[in-house]
Amino acid sequence: MGGFWLTALIFVPTLGALGVLLQGDDDSVWLPAFIYSLIPLAISLYLFAIFDPSQAGYQFVERYAWIPEFGISYHLGMDGISLFLVILTALLISLSILYSGGGDIEMRPREFCFMMLTLETGLLGALLAVDLFLFYVFWEVMLVPMYLLIGIWGHGRKIYATFKFVLFTMLGSLLMLVAILYLAGAARAQLGHLTFDLPDLYRVSFSPAESRWLFAGFALAFAIKVPMWPVHTWLPDAHTEAPTGGSVILAGIMLKMGTYGFVRFAIPLFPTVAIEAAPLFLALAVIGIVYGALVAMAQPNLKRLVAYSSVSHLGFVMLGIFALDSQGMQGAIYQMLNHGVSTGALFLLVGMIYVRRHTFDISEFGGLWKSIPIYAAVFMIVMLSSIGLPGLNGFVGEFLILLGAFLHSERAAWIAATGVVLGALYMMWAYERVMWGPITKSINATLKDMTAREIAVIAPLVALMLFMGLYPRPLLDRMEPSVNLLLNRVAAAQVRLDRPQYRTVAALDLQARSGRTQ
Amino acid sequence: MSHLTLSAVNFAWLPILPLAAVAAGAMAIMLIGPGVEDEDSAGLGILALITLLAALIFAIFTLGENSLAFGGSLATDDYAAFFEIVILIATALTVAMSLDYVADEGMAGAEFYALILFAAFGMMLMAAAGDLIIIFIGLETMSLAVYALAGFLRRDPRSNEAALKYFILGAFSTGFLLYGIALIYGATGTIGLAPIRAALNDRAAENPLLLLGLGMMLIGFGFKVAAVPFHMWTPDAYEGAPTPVTAFMAVGVKLAAFAGFMRVFMANLGPVSAQWTMVLWAIAALTMTVGNFAALVQQNLKRMLAYSAIAHAGYLLVGMAATPRAMAGGAMLYYLIGYAFTNLGAFAVVIVLERKGAGGATLNDFRGLSRSRPGLALAMTLFMLSLMGVPPLAGFVGKFYVFSAALSAHLVWLVIIAALNSAVSVYYYARVIVVMYAQEEAVTAPPRLAPRPGLVASVIVAVAGTILVGLYPQPWLDAANSAYASALGRSATRIAALR
Repeated sequence: MGGFWLTALIFVPTLGALGVLLQGDDDSVWLPAFIYSLIPLAISLYLFAIFDPSQAGYQFVERYAWIPEFGISYHLGMDGISLFLVILTALLISLSILYSGGGDIEMRPREFCFMMLTLETGLLGALLAVDLFLFYVFWEVMLVPMYLLIGIWGHGRKIYATFKFVLFTMLGSLLMLVAILYLAGAARAQLGHLTFDLPDLYRVSFSPAESRWLFAGFALAFAIKVPMWPVHTWLPDAHTEAPTGGSVILAGIMLKMGTYGFVRFAIPLFPTVAIEAAPLFLALAVIGIVYGALVAMAQPNLKRLVAYSSVSHLGFVMLGIFALDSQGMQGAIYQMLNHGVSTGALFLLVGMIYVRRHTFDISEFGGLWKSIPIYAAVFMIVMLSSIGLPGLNGFVGEFLILLGAFLHSERAAWIAATGVVLGALYMMWAYERVMWGPITKSINATLKDMTAREIAVIAPLVALMLFMGLYPRPLLDRMEPSVNLLLNRVAAAQVRLDRPQYRTVAALDLQARSGRTQ
Repeated sequence: MSHLTLSAVNFAWLPILPLAAVAAGAMAIMLIGPGVEDEDSAGLGILALITLLAALIFAIFTLGENSLAFGGSLATDDYAAFFEIVILIATALTVAMSLDYVADEGMAGAEFYALILFAAFGMMLMAAAGDLIIIFIGLETMSLAVYALAGFLRRDPRSNEAALKYFILGAFSTGFLLYGIALIYGATGTIGLAPIRAALNDRAAENPLLLLGLGMMLIGFGFKVAAVPFHMWTPDAYEGAPTPVTAFMAVGVKLAAFAGFMRVFMANLGPVSAQWTMVLWAIAALTMTVGNFAALVQQNLKRMLAYSAIAHAGYLLVGMAATPRAMAGGAMLYYLIGYAFTNLGAFAVVIVLERKGAGGATLNDFRGLSRSRPGLALAMTLFMLSLMGVPPLAGFVGKFYVFSAALSAHLVWLVIIAALNSAVSVYYYARVIVVMYAQEEAVTAPPRLAPRPGLVASVIVAVAGTILVGLYPQPWLDAANSAYASALGRSATRIAALR
């Protein structure tokens, strides 16, 4: 099948990365790198414009044989689930490069841009791959540049953070590799040929024990990446020690690879296990929400606070996913985007203050409202978006998730709702300590307010927060068909299981619909 | 089996040309050698390279020959040709990276290059063996040459220790192998590999003589591939030997040992595989685990790569435990190609960074390499990532293939152990990358060998191999599969059908 847009999307950054290498290793590298990163952004916006919202399946499909021996193909496709994550990726990479060029990264800028652009290839590839082997390749490819981003340009205990990050993620992904291989082997036994193609693999059936183990293999890899409590411990270190640009990508996109993996692979491949395991994942998600919020509250370090808030927010995403109904799932995908926008912006803001003061300690600040009002105002908007104020993006996602979760498990929804309150609490408390009150340190009185470049970096994100908060239709319209297609698999499995205690809303829907047609 | 009746006189010459070329080259170097000053030994190295290239061309021509020569003693099939090609490439890379090292250490060039070629000859003989005696002769030819090579730095006690340890344990293991051969002969009444396979039936599988022979041979090969618990000699021998020789031991010797091991066990003792795959299961699990955990704490890169080589032997044995799955053999052959390129490259980088008398490069020598020599650092990063098993490099596809073969034989737990082991290995490979990129350059004496043409060329070839074999694996997979099929005496299409 033809088409070249997705290939262009994935490999333009690679070409850009190679192009950057030809530049000198000084500040002249930022402009070309930024321009290279704008090309995929432009392509992704173009694809958004021509994306057919009525179609649930993959669009812009490309498929070529790669290793025919194993039935591995270079198979790309984009649907309503990946579309927005792709745009978000392209946007955040551009903004990170734009921001980092403004003085945040002074050492070895050329390699920094190289890593950023290679990272973009890995991220986009993983989002667009329809072949599991191809997915795994990109999944691993994105690890290496991120690992070097933290290791080279990080702060403090960067080496420790790097290793923790790498070992956690590699452990998960290697076990996932075993699961992928087993899956392909089973496909050969049942379909007569080896295949790693996702639609083909949907047709393979497993014994309950097999599917539980396989689901566990995928789920562990993705849960580490999300990260879900209790495998979240790498996150605070990695996020805190990473350079600002790295944190933005790590929090903004890389964590979504975990949740995306659940949505794209783990749940549709093993819907029965997903239904059975839903209570467990709901419980872990809720624990993550409350735990992340409580630990965030106790942080004296602003960046660490934002990092822990991610654990809490990603808990919401997981809650929405394992509600296994259309609202919850759409809310979860919407919340993935929200978290990328809001937390990306928060990390950028925290980075900006670090450049001025070289500290993340909340106690070092206070009264910044007086000295840098624009910064404080922007921070306010971003914070409100992060805590889910109606009218801003966070609200839409959290609302849909809680709605979906409420239909599935009232208890989980109740506890999660307290997470919203806690979220407001720790963010506003931190804001109060940093921005309000008297200026306690004289150095804070003379800080420079946001530069034009910094405003240019934040402005698109703030605009998105408003847009996504006020007018979510264009996004939800495009997600819905793909989400429903996916949930049909869950619903069908539900009917097969026919165990009332696992009944999800999706299944009730399906039963109602089939009742009507009969 | 009409070609079994071919007499020694009217066989085709072509299939043994690669072997003959290497032997002739070795003897020529020995004859010319005494007239060449040690400082000019690079010329002899070039001669060795030319010999190897000629043999390589011959070996490529023998692909598709598939015949038996010398009354069945030599099996000049695609399997032999495949290993000959890989061994010749590995040897050529070894010679290329030795050129400056040998001159710089003041080593006797004539003996060095002649011994390398003799060792290569032995390796190729092992790959082409049609009976157990040829396996033994090949193994001994190779081993004796490599014992001497390991001790080539005569004034360095570490080198002496390496040679002695390697020799004593090697001789010991050869004893096991020979005893095993004798017992198998007793059990089956033949030393020819194909006749042995033909003699194996259900009754033979219960013959204690055969089982004892199997066990003895398993130990003998276990020593040569450095499988745990027969690996004790490896770290010291690898650390003490001159670095190019270490590379040769880690790659060439391992290739040859696996060539013999696979030919005997997988291809010809396959009918009784139920008797030995369980043992291999345990050996594979142990080998991976011990290799990886021991590598975690190494500071000296040579030692780390030695333990890493043990770990990789373990991954290969995972494939072997999947016998008689047809896929397993092809998977291992493919794995060995990637393994050869990647390891040779890594050793070449170590040679560049080594300081005289330091006995290899430590992690400290790699500090800040991304600043001082960005190209070399990038190459080393690729090698480490490939050893780690990061796609799309050769090491990943190899692991991928071997693991799928093992899964197809339902060795799920063994594959999980292998995956966990790979996760452990990430730590020590990644550490090299971190040290190169994230740490500042240490103030040490500069390495003595600035990248010279031979070393640069071998690094470039290794990088190209590591990337190409991984990114575009299909032709290599085809070659590996048809090679293994020929060792089984089947055509490749039948293998495909079996799969």
